[in-house]
Parts: sequence; structure tokens; C-alpha cells
Amino acid sequence: MNQPLAEGARESLVELRIPCKAEWVALARLSVAAVASRLHFSIEEIEDVKLAVAEACTTAIQHAHGSAYLEIKCEITDGGLRVNVRDSGHTPGPGVVRVRSREEVRVGELGVFLIRSLMDEVTYDVHPEHGTDLVMYKRLPL
Amino acid sequence: MKALRVPTRHVKSWVARLKDKRRILDIKVNVRESKGDCYVVELSGEIDVYTSPKVKDAIGELIDRGVYNLVINLENVRYIDSTGLGVLIGGLKRVREHGGSVNLVCTNPQIRKIFDITGLVKIFGIFDAEDAAMKALA
Repeated sequence: MNQPLAEGARESLVELRIPCKAEWVALARLSVAAVASRLHFSIEEIEDVKLAVAEACTTAIQHAHGSAYLEIKCEITDGGLRVNVRDSGHTPGPGVVRVRSREEVRVGELGVFLIRSLMDEVTYDVHPEHGTDLVMYKRLPL
Repeated sequence: MKALRVPTRHVKSWVARLKDKRRILDIKVNVRESKGDCYVVELSGEIDVYTSPKVKDAIGELIDRGVYNLVINLENVRYIDSTGLGVLIGGLKRVREHGGSVNLVCTNPQIRKIFDITGLVKIFGIFDAEDAAMKALA
């Protein structure tokens, strides 16, 4: 079983690069869940992070055309876990990451809606030519 | 160069572990006929962007055969994402066009939470047991 990180081992970085294909999403979510489990998150919070990362990868696979790989970066900070999911594909524009209320959200936008609901901070940097950079942060409970 | 000898028992254990991992990343779909014209789709495993087409095909096949009242049992589903939700919503839309319905059986709190967050609790009938889900369809 994973042991929580010692104080001195905080502020570590874990990087993963996977093919931008559906069959690799499970590896991404399980790897990030393993990183999250090294922090003092509850099981429910680890599941939140796991789903958010999977949704980020799924959105990239469905919308980032021409991206061969996805880069996933987990940064352990004193206050929580920052996860960066980056693709290098052509995107149709920022429409898919638009903020919508639960009543307005469409089926194809459920993934982005879930990411925004499950994580504490979410920022998207969408470049139509160079891909999308998603940064999400989950705070550790006080 | 000296050949590396690996005991057979180690190889067997690696193969068993690999098979286990493949099972973790898979979804099992079991369809069975129930009372009346109702069918139960029992799912076990993880539903994500990779496995959801299998679920979509199973539900689509039933609807194509004229089955419009479905209970989808998620009791043994450990994980579901938005693509899985999309498949369930798609199935519900199709059966509703024929006056049918889809009820879900869900006891996993984490999965239930996803239905709560997305507001899908208002669209699907969600039950703790298969009997109750079936009774509500009748």
C-alpha cells in the first residue's frame, strides 16, 4: 500500500506521457490516483481527482485532432495536488470548455462540467493551433 | 552469454497478474430477460471512453429488437465517466421515443455522486435494488 509522503518529500513532480488514444486513459487515471493517494486525501477526493483526469484525457482524445500524445504532469504542493493535462492537437476553439450551469450543460460537455465540479481550481489555455493546456488543482483538506 | 532462466511458477504468476489487469480495465455486459417485456442489463467493471462502446452496442441491440423497458444494473460498476453517462442518456432518449423507460440500480456512493452532480438523478429512476427498479417500470 502507498504510504503518505514525508514532509521533506513534498513539492515533488511526476510526469507521464501517453498516446492520445482511448485505451490509455485508464493508465492515466490510475497513475494520478496513485500519486493522489500519497497525499492526505480521502478516498472520495482521490476518486474526484481520478475522474477529473480521465475526463481531461477523454476531452483531448475527442477534440484535439492530430495530437499524438498527452502529457500529464502531477505537482505535489504543500496545499494539494496540481495536475496539468496537455495535448498538442488542433482544437475547434474554446467552445467545448465553456462554463455552463447544470441546466445548460449538453451531453458532450458533461466531462468539462464534471472537471469544474470536482476540482477546486480549473484553468484552460486553448490554442487552436498548438493544443490545450488544462491545469486543475485539488486542495488538501485543512 | 548466459541464458536467464525464469522458474515456470514466476511466469504463471506474471500471466495471472496481467490477466487480472486486463479484467480491471474491462467491462462485462450480461443481458437477461425479466418479467413482462422488461430486460436487465447487468454491467460490471469500469465504463470509460474505451469500454463504453461495448455498453452502447448492448443497449442499442436490445432497442433495435423492440425492447423499450430496461433496468440497467450498475451495482458491480466501479467507475463511470461522462462517456458512460452519455451512453445511458442516449439509451434513455431512444426508448422514450417508443414510450419506454430506463431505470438504474446503483448502490456505489461515488457513482451516485456523479449522477447527483450532473443532475441526472432527475432524469433517471435510480434504485438501490433490482426488484424496486423493475417494479417502478411496470
